[in-house]
Amino acid sequence: MKFSYFPGCSLKGLGRAYEESLLPVMKHLGVELQELDDWNCCGATAYMAVDEVKACVLAARNLALAEKSGINQVMAPCAACYLVLNKTKHYFHDYPAMKQTMDRALASIGLRYSGDTPVRHPLDVLLNDVGLDAIKQRVVRPLKGLKVATYYGCQIVRPYATFDDQYNPTAMDQLIEALGATLVRYPLKTKCCGGSLTGTVPEAGIRMVYILLNEAKKRGADCLATVCPLCQFNLDAYHAQVKSEYGPVIVPTVYFTQLMGLAFGLPEKQLGLNRAAVRFAWRPAPAAAPITHPAPAAAPA
Amino acid sequence: MNTSTVPSPPTVGPGVRAAAQTSAVPGQAQEPKIRIKRTIKYESDRTPGFGRDVMRVPGCEELERCIQCGTCSGVCPLSIYMDHTPRQVMALTRGDFKRDVLHSQTIWLCASCYACTVECPQEIRITDIMYELKQRAINEGVYPKKFPIPVLAHEFNAMVRKNGRITEMQLVIRLFLKTSWLAALGNWRLGLDLMRTGRFSLATEHIRNRGDIARMLDAVDDPKGATP
Amino acid sequence: MVSLQQEIRIGFYVCHCGHNIASMVDCPEVARYIASLPGVVLSRDYKYMCSDPGQELLQQDIREYGLNRVVVASCSPLLHEHTFRKATAAGGLNPFFFQMVNIREHDSWVHTDRAEATAKAKALARAAIRRVAHHRALEVKRVPIHPDVLIVGGGIAGIHAALTLANAGKKVTLVEREATIGGHMAKFDKTFPTLDCAACILTPKMSEVGTHPNITLWTCSDVVKLDGFVGNYTVTVKRRPRYINEELCTGCQECIAHCVYKEPKFTDEFNEGLGKRKPVYIPFPQSTPQVVLIDPEVCLNFKRGVLTDRCKKTCVEACGDRQAIDFTQQEETREITVGSIIVATGFKTFDVKRVPAYGYGAYPNVYTALEAERLVNASGPTGGEVILRDGTRPQAIGIIHCVGSRDKKTNRWCSRVCCMYSMKLAHLLKEHSGAEIYNFYIDIRAPGKGYEEFYDKLNEEGVHFIRGRVGEVTDWAMTPEEDGKLVIRVEDTLAGFVRRIPVNMVVLAAGLEPHADAQEVRRLFNMSCGTEGFFLERHPKLAPVNTFTDGIFIAGCCQGPRDIPDTVAQAGAAAAEALVLIDRGYVEQEPNTAYILPDCSGCKSCLPLCPYTAITFDDATQKAVINEALCKGCGTCVGSCPSGSIGQHLFEDEEVFSEIQGVLAD
Repeated sequence: MKFSYFPGCSLKGLGRAYEESLLPVMKHLGVELQELDDWNCCGATAYMAVDEVKACVLAARNLALAEKSGINQVMAPCAACYLVLNKTKHYFHDYPAMKQTMDRALASIGLRYSGDTPVRHPLDVLLNDVGLDAIKQRVVRPLKGLKVATYYGCQIVRPYATFDDQYNPTAMDQLIEALGATLVRYPLKTKCCGGSLTGTVPEAGIRMVYILLNEAKKRGADCLATVCPLCQFNLDAYHAQVKSEYGPVIVPTVYFTQLMGLAFGLPEKQLGLNRAAVRFAWRPAPAAAPITHPAPAAAPA
Repeated sequence: MNTSTVPSPPTVGPGVRAAAQTSAVPGQAQEPKIRIKRTIKYESDRTPGFGRDVMRVPGCEELERCIQCGTCSGVCPLSIYMDHTPRQVMALTRGDFKRDVLHSQTIWLCASCYACTVECPQEIRITDIMYELKQRAINEGVYPKKFPIPVLAHEFNAMVRKNGRITEMQLVIRLFLKTSWLAALGNWRLGLDLMRTGRFSLATEHIRNRGDIARMLDAVDDPKGATP
Repeated sequence: MVSLQQEIRIGFYVCHCGHNIASMVDCPEVARYIASLPGVVLSRDYKYMCSDPGQELLQQDIREYGLNRVVVASCSPLLHEHTFRKATAAGGLNPFFFQMVNIREHDSWVHTDRAEATAKAKALARAAIRRVAHHRALEVKRVPIHPDVLIVGGGIAGIHAALTLANAGKKVTLVEREATIGGHMAKFDKTFPTLDCAACILTPKMSEVGTHPNITLWTCSDVVKLDGFVGNYTVTVKRRPRYINEELCTGCQECIAHCVYKEPKFTDEFNEGLGKRKPVYIPFPQSTPQVVLIDPEVCLNFKRGVLTDRCKKTCVEACGDRQAIDFTQQEETREITVGSIIVATGFKTFDVKRVPAYGYGAYPNVYTALEAERLVNASGPTGGEVILRDGTRPQAIGIIHCVGSRDKKTNRWCSRVCCMYSMKLAHLLKEHSGAEIYNFYIDIRAPGKGYEEFYDKLNEEGVHFIRGRVGEVTDWAMTPEEDGKLVIRVEDTLAGFVRRIPVNMVVLAAGLEPHADAQEVRRLFNMSCGTEGFFLERHPKLAPVNTFTDGIFIAGCCQGPRDIPDTVAQAGAAAAEALVLIDRGYVEQEPNTAYILPDCSGCKSCLPLCPYTAITFDDATQKAVINEALCKGCGTCVGSCPSGSIGQHLFEDEEVFSEIQGVLAD
């Protein structure tokens, strides 16, 4: 199982804990990730706001590079990248004028894009390619007793729901349960984290962060699990502002890959757990025997 | 950026300026009286063709089907702060009230979460229309000075054009410098946290073929075609 | 061109149809062109050929110019072929010397280039001119109409149609899928806008059906096969066992009291799952027929529907000498002959789970409108008290309109009844609980007698109306007064801001949609469906209860959402259409039937192909024989005959080939 890995700018910056935990977890499961050579900014949200066509052209360069690499699937862990790359694919197919422009821009740097490359999210790959059984088999330190609120945010299910239900996604729920943790019913699982508003219109952005944290706390969650670097940043980095506006609401926010790493018994230092402003101190009990829980009969390699 | 503490409605952004322009009564005394503002619309307030023009953009076509049900506002997490609800922005756009639309805070408050787009019973891609309206406002320079979102967008673009990638901390710092020193100082704790957790990196991220991006973007603007 | 025995004298007419055709087709030019073709002695353009003067013109011309063929280029033959054939006959010609050309639906309405459209009109007309020369005189056959009528579906539509026909002295068989007739209306508490008790106005009609000497009522039954044609349909009905002999059961219900299950334990479908019933039960007190039934899925004497004889059978004991309980009852098939059929199979309510944002299933206090009907009904599971699933009584109730209506992601259409029934429920819920009621609507649609006045009354009663389609129903609280409640987030579009409204109960006004098996029913009765899946009427204004199959009529919500007054009116209209057929006594049959030519080799390959089983084999002559009464003129056998020995009236080889040549000629 091999993917062309598109980290995006966030996973090299504020969201580096995501990459730090994703890579060893995927390796542990036998999923090979080869970083896309010379990738560029996906064209993200901020660019969309200025020029949608140019944003798509930026994304198209990455898709064209992936095609050129010969690895026929792209993995994009950042929700914003995942959306922009998929949106570009849609536009490429739906709007001939957009396709023409993309073709022309790519030709100017000697690239070509056919429009086929699937863009996958790690959650999609974990559930549908690796499979829950294979994941359960790797769990050596079940996250017993940990109460998790799964938080998907917007852009992995909206507007293009490709691998999960648009209104009530459950991919991460299944995964977290497979790790042995307990789910907290969290009706805000697909609500917006505020995106860049935390920086640009803090009054509005901080309120959204507060609502998300407060509801998770009220429902007894030990942590929020995220799939997106911006969500993680907003929910983690603005605790001080939330405190001064609404009072303290301390709930750590982790990447689902970090929880996987803990359950797999990977070295903690590999998982970027030290990068959060709000420390996630909970740890599973050490493994008594190599594999203590019943393993499924057969699992795909 | 305006950091006024007036609880509601928040006085961020262009709405304030618009109000000041239209409500000023010449020779007004200091004492606050009833401040009146013309709310009736005349045909001259419209920009005929504006709505049609927006609806011609890929992704914005379905706007003509809007039934004004308000689902978009009902699901929008930011609608609680908006001067015009998303539904009103749809009506104003379709009705050619370009000035009202482009001066509305709403387009800047949209966080692109696509909740409206997936819930709209008429399958109008409201988020994409918001993008289109933001683009038009930026192109026409209709936004308050130091308003962070257009500045962010501009900085973002410049950085991508030059390096092909974003170095997030540089972006954040530039944003704060260009908008408000006060806000930057207010966020000193955030900065400290980032430094403590090893996420405060200023080393510039860039692609190998830095010229690629500029060449591609120029090719977009040059409809004649590319000369590699 | 084929040589012609007699002199062909064709009259050609091109109709303007007002602007419908003339705005896109140059009619005078078409007339000028056709005038130049061989055989054409007269060519005219005229504003409205279907008008009386138009028809008279045609008749006059036949006499005056000695025409022996007529071609009219106008609208669809579906609309006016009959009109012009009649006019042709009135002019003294055999009506089948007429040919019609459709230059409206096939031309002017679908094109945007006038020159091209005119050229197309010329080509189509030229084809008809060439074809009509080969037409022969044909005779219309009369087929008698069987006077009995089948009605499918025992809701208010089927009930009303059945009674209308039965009271006119006709024999009716009413087939109902469920164990009782009454349909959705039987579940309602009151009806809008008069607030009549639904049961009070419906149940007398139900028992009249049950006792009417002219009505045979078959419940637990499905129509499974239909053969024949207008006036002479053979219907196969499958009757499922209810394990009770209907003739012997007196409806005393002592079996229910003596069932080994002391308490009702199983989901009560009639109460929308809000109540419980026993394995032996009667759907509701006024069920018609007044006969109990046994659910083999849960009865102890069965295991997963298979008889085991494990139970003590206290019900059989209680029934005693009446001996009405029959565990060995089997499915049976009956065949009846009728002349016409009324399909009144109704609708199903939209599955509100398809709109996950409204939380049905996730939050127990979210109800469907039909559940709310049962809650306020005095004979419902709570005796008419509004007690929620969690045992509490609501102080505030939100009613959300348009759930599964006016929504491209689910159903696009307006379900027409939800605004009114929501207001009715608002009134009833307020009356029964004293709660504050909020209605969330996109537009209030109250276009009926007394409907707007009802809306007015609700406003006077202090029911809140908020114009806005609800974004979501959630259980997370922002403020203390929201704690523990359901919160409705909505834009109050008339006020222009977003509101969060905490309530204890949410009612979802589910829309109406076709039954899941509507497509099978459609195929069974050879009907058409619109894109949304409701059965299609022949014409929305001129033939609203007819289908495209003669002798099959539709009534009620199977044709589209409608309220009770409209349904009853339509059911009456369908009954009247059936009476028209019965009282006239015959139908005329299009003579476009196939016939066997002498050179039939007797290969029998056509026999299995005929969809109407109209072809048999004559052992004496060793040739195929076509029953003209059964042949519908589909042409399947004609095209497939290996020796070319089947001909078809109105579709003779020379007619079809000359028509093709006419289109292609320049």
